[in-house]
Amino acid sequence: MSGDRITKGLLFLSSLTILLLSAGIVVSLLGGALQAFREFGLRFIISPAWNPTAGSEEYGAMSFIAGTVITSILALIICIPMAFSTSLFIAEYFRGTRTSGILRSLVDLLAGIPSIVYGFWGFYALRPLLVATGLTDQGFGVFTASLVLAIMIVPYATSLSAEIISMVPAELKEAAYSLGATRREVIFSVVIPSARSGIIASFILALGRALGETMAVTMLIGNANVIPKGLFAPGNTMASVIANQFGEASGLKMSALIAVGLLLFLITALVNYLGKLIIKRFA
Amino acid sequence: MNNTPQSENVLEIKDLFIAYEPGRYAVKEVSASIKRNRITAIMGPSGCGKSTLLRGMNRMHELYPNIETKGDITLDGQSIFSMSVIELRRRVGMVFQRPNPFPNMTIYENVVAGFSLNDIRLKKNQRDEIVENALRNVALWDEVKESLYRKGTFLSGGQQQRLCVARAIAFNPDVLLLDEPTSALDPVATSKIEDLLGELKEKYTLVLVTHNMSQAARISDESMFMYLGELVESGPTGTLFTTPKDSRTEAYLTGKFG
Amino acid sequence: MELTDNIRRRSRTNNRFRYLVIAGSVITIIPIFLIVGNLAVKGYRQINLAFFTKPAPDTFQAMMAAVNGEIIPGGIANGLTGSLLMVLLASLLAIPLGLMTGIYIYENESKKYARFIRSLTEILQGVPSIILGIIAYLWIVKNITRGYSALAGSVSLTIMMLPLIIRSTEETMRMIPLSIREAAFALGTPYYKMIYKILIPVSFSGLATGVLLALSRILGETAPLMLTALGSPAISFDITRPVSAVPLLIWDFYNDPNMVNLVWSASLFLMVFVLSMNLLARSVASKHKYI
Repeated sequence: MSGDRITKGLLFLSSLTILLLSAGIVVSLLGGALQAFREFGLRFIISPAWNPTAGSEEYGAMSFIAGTVITSILALIICIPMAFSTSLFIAEYFRGTRTSGILRSLVDLLAGIPSIVYGFWGFYALRPLLVATGLTDQGFGVFTASLVLAIMIVPYATSLSAEIISMVPAELKEAAYSLGATRREVIFSVVIPSARSGIIASFILALGRALGETMAVTMLIGNANVIPKGLFAPGNTMASVIANQFGEASGLKMSALIAVGLLLFLITALVNYLGKLIIKRFA
Repeated sequence: MNNTPQSENVLEIKDLFIAYEPGRYAVKEVSASIKRNRITAIMGPSGCGKSTLLRGMNRMHELYPNIETKGDITLDGQSIFSMSVIELRRRVGMVFQRPNPFPNMTIYENVVAGFSLNDIRLKKNQRDEIVENALRNVALWDEVKESLYRKGTFLSGGQQQRLCVARAIAFNPDVLLLDEPTSALDPVATSKIEDLLGELKEKYTLVLVTHNMSQAARISDESMFMYLGELVESGPTGTLFTTPKDSRTEAYLTGKFG
Repeated sequence: MELTDNIRRRSRTNNRFRYLVIAGSVITIIPIFLIVGNLAVKGYRQINLAFFTKPAPDTFQAMMAAVNGEIIPGGIANGLTGSLLMVLLASLLAIPLGLMTGIYIYENESKKYARFIRSLTEILQGVPSIILGIIAYLWIVKNITRGYSALAGSVSLTIMMLPLIIRSTEETMRMIPLSIREAAFALGTPYYKMIYKILIPVSFSGLATGVLLALSRILGETAPLMLTALGSPAISFDITRPVSAVPLLIWDFYNDPNMVNLVWSASLFLMVFVLSMNLLARSVASKHKYI
């Protein structure tokens, strides 16, 4: 039946879009970055230089790689206790109750707030608080950015962890209870070991989200094109340097920025792939 | 362990009611005595409340948040609701329907899991002794003594279940509760477990829930028949099976309903 | 007695841990209340009819108003129209493509190619949005419209929406009981009719949820638009020219100290809009629970 043929053909063609898109993205990024790599070689990746003055232009990605990695990992560290306790609340202590449903919805709301709103709120509401503590004079820097980033990735870590924890078979928990274990003991001796890989995967995926965050970080990290010197020092991430400087860039500088983009793409894809791999092996 | 002169009944159940939600009783006004060093079987059709009653005996039913309990159960004269639930579960152990050794622990660790979970530190030779005794008592020692430090997942269903029994008796409890312990096992494994239970009753008191009345007839000394949450009839197994007093008991035993 | 000590200690640890879990959960949700509260309190003043109908003021007007303690004249109309334009265009492209690709993957699960496409979709979903901005810049701004444009912005949003719609389509389809398809075939329905007349209508609410969630995701996006649509003070519907968007306006206002009040209002509006869309998607999903 030709109706069938047309439909099947259409469906197949649309699947090609993904193929072409993916290939196109990789090709364009590589092509755009070519100039920078030709000029600086692979040294580009480890060089912390960023000097746009005409005549002695030199670019390197290291400052931004450092900024991205530090803020993302710090954000993950801050996020872990929050996500961990919230997922235990939802999937263990108050499982099935209305309270846990409400908490879950509230946490999902966190995921719905646009990045720029987070950045803006961080700028006007969080920064003054941090300045008041005296730890930082302006409030911009790695710590502020990581703090807001942590809040942003909590919903991702929580929802996946909660799901994994709730899948631990009831009979294992019952066996532990029947031996006289308290609830906390059951959690640490049975639930967590059982759910361990899933929980780790959820944190890795949250890390993947943090790596690519742009607006909130741009507004809070201080935009200094150097490797951050301390926890409260300013810096820049791969995503934020692109957001800041792409608009006015051209020639070699633009190629350098695209090269940074390529590196960000690779790092994010790797981390996400790792997370998905762990989940597949576990489930 | 008890040094006082022991009464004939280990557990006394007095007018027990258990409801999962207000008004809907899974166990209604049950009163019974569980005799020491005997196997008592609780039988009845699906949904009659036998599992709920069994779980009441080590307060596992309290894992459900809205559970309502009325009446009392005493262990050697002391109400189980007045003692710490942790202490209760050391004296009343449980084996479940599906073998559930902890997958993240080795066979050795599984046997002493009760101690490690309860944060009780033992010297290595104490632990070794407990493991060997428990495994010998369940006739697993010779089969696994070479692989004590491997995780138990390679064992067959029947062996895993025996491991779970070993884990439960490592504490030397007074009572062992078994919730349909052979329903997930093949006939050969089932008969091995049944033999084991017969040996265990010399040291422990066993309460067994089973949906298989021929199993009850084979191995139990006392029987209880439950229907729709009520204890219809109880007594020595031989008498109950041959001359049931209640018509419902007779109907169940002759297969009129399952 | 040693036994009771042990039990008492463990009960204490047990209770303490419970409090920690509850405390941690409360700390986790505090930011929501802070953010929503802050925005509501500081942003409601600027919100009036003009807010929605007038384009953004220039910095001089804003400064004068701030000096006089008045409400800043103007609003976010140019952002609203720009966002509308780009989201509409992106939906036009992404929804049909996403739907069809999702159906393709579901119908051909056994083929290696389909599973490969699925993996590519997952990778695509994880690509940071700023990178998609670079791509749309290279493809559209440089080569097609020779300049910043709404089209470029739409393309970046399309690429963002596609994986979300594909995933949700595929997941929705999975939940349709096989018996429904079999019943259709048993009645002699040809394959293509089965898709249009049975598969899609039955899964409609699930598909709608997926679309709504994808929309709520891209409405708040700023980064890719900075490299593609750029922004513009005019209310325009020309897709070959630069255009504004609500998040872009927020960024512009943020960079201008005179416009501070407008930022709160614009942020409040954007957040409320995105969250409402989120809630709408959820209620659609729960109302038609059978799929």
